[in-house]
Amino acid sequence: MKVEQISVFLENKPGTLEKATRVLKDANINIRTLSLAETADFGILRLIVNNVEKANKVLKDSGFQVSKTPVVAVEVPDKPGGLHSIMEVISKEGINVEYLYAFVEKSGQNAVIIFRFDAPEKAIDILMKHNFTVVPGKKLYEF
Amino acid sequence: MIYNEEFETLPREALKALQIKRLQQVLQRVYHTIGFYKKSLDAAKIAPDDIKSIADMKKLPFITRQDLRDNYPFGLFSVPMSSIVRLHASSGTSGRSTVFGYTKRDIEIWSDLIARCLVAAGLTKNDIIHNAFGYGLFTGGLGLHYGAEKIGASVIPMSGGNAKRQIMILQDFGPTAICCTPSYALHLAEEGKAMGVDMKSLKLRVGIFGAEPWNKKMRDEIEKTFGITALDLFGLSEVIGPGIAMECIEGRNGMHIFEDHFIVETINPQTGEVLPEGSEGELVFTTLTKEANPLIRYRSGDVSRLITEPCRCGRSHVKMERVLKRSDDMLIIRGVNIFPSQVEAILVDIEGLKPNYQIIIDKVGALDSLELHVEASDKIFSDSGSVKELQKIEQRIVKDMKDYLGIAPRVKLVEPNTLQKAGAKVIDKRRF
Repeated sequence: MKVEQISVFLENKPGTLEKATRVLKDANINIRTLSLAETADFGILRLIVNNVEKANKVLKDSGFQVSKTPVVAVEVPDKPGGLHSIMEVISKEGINVEYLYAFVEKSGQNAVIIFRFDAPEKAIDILMKHNFTVVPGKKLYEF
Repeated sequence: MIYNEEFETLPREALKALQIKRLQQVLQRVYHTIGFYKKSLDAAKIAPDDIKSIADMKKLPFITRQDLRDNYPFGLFSVPMSSIVRLHASSGTSGRSTVFGYTKRDIEIWSDLIARCLVAAGLTKNDIIHNAFGYGLFTGGLGLHYGAEKIGASVIPMSGGNAKRQIMILQDFGPTAICCTPSYALHLAEEGKAMGVDMKSLKLRVGIFGAEPWNKKMRDEIEKTFGITALDLFGLSEVIGPGIAMECIEGRNGMHIFEDHFIVETINPQTGEVLPEGSEGELVFTTLTKEANPLIRYRSGDVSRLITEPCRCGRSHVKMERVLKRSDDMLIIRGVNIFPSQVEAILVDIEGLKPNYQIIIDKVGALDSLELHVEASDKIFSDSGSVKELQKIEQRIVKDMKDYLGIAPRVKLVEPNTLQKAGAKVIDKRRF
């Protein structure tokens, strides 16, 4: 049920993000959602794309440092309390969230939240037990 | 003023005779007590007895910093450990650091040399000396300390760091002399200014500065800001520490090398050929009186020029100009000697990492800044891909640099394959 996220190391200077997005464009890769983490010196671009293997390859071939990170995607209704209902369950189990980001589906009804948990397998079990919709990678890539 | 009138003003003929006598003695001693010298003299087919004059010295092989490292820690000691009373060492990881031992007599001679330096700066037992050279394995702090006690001055063992506290003590204790690196003096001036202290209102009269390169402009600035006379001190931890040479307040033109304890030669760093006195070249030192680890023809890597004209202070000893540059890749950052190879060794030791790197040195205010760019290799990134892990690596590099080399860099991870192309491992933006 896990989703593969592409993480790209970016030096903190003008032009690096542009280079990464150009590589993806030229390879005809669609970005489903993304987030950019930054420190004073460097950033990490986190991407959910329609073709993980291809994105991984073209970025590497262009000289980027790339890693694949397992994340968990959870679908919730796009209304107040949506994220909180997940957090309630997760925090009770003592699972830690390293980071998260979200996007709203095309229909506008639901939001998809991408989680990086310290214990992804356990989190998936718990969430499914509580009847949350955990979106499999395959489905997410093709949204 | 002259501390040791008899030896510091010895006529040159007598000085030469004393040098050759002491040289012959030290050669006998090192040949029979230190394996390294026996091997190197035998290899050069030279016996200690072959050296009959100072001119014969050029037949002797050099000893280099690499030889000191190869014999880490105690391989070049000429006496058993029971006779050693003090150990000092340079920064660096095992095998890249160098260790210096001192017998009781070595400490006495060293103290005597520093006493000469302080008196050459016009200091007496009535002075209070603020010693902001680092105490510890570095020779600066303790070296100055013992000499200051020897002349009966009151010494404040400040060591480096804690600028605000230094300013407070400069105000409250009223020292008349300060010893530190020139850039640290300027840093103190900046701190003082920020605290609203007029450095000219302090009781300081004289400053003794060394352990890093500086120039006339910095000297003028220090003299103007503090309202003091700034003098130059020269030393090398390998040879003895500070106190090899000192500028006299009367002449203020070059530092007298204490030739009754050291022989200095100038060589062409490429060929090793001895150059005529007064030529610019690498200085080579031989210790004449050191017991624990004597050095025969040590290549200092410091490029300078000797001044042979008589000095108005009355000292007969030759003078050297302020060091102009290095003949090797050694960097002096905030008074700490660092080789790029030492930085590389630290990076390699971090979890099998062998990244490309670049050292960038600049000035922030008066102080040197060290920035270290390291490529984020596969090894660093692909295992984790997380900000936390990358920052851990950065912190680890900072900590190891601080622990082993005594200086904390600002570490910046950069994209792979960018540094190799950039070429230079070191970019020094400072201007001396």
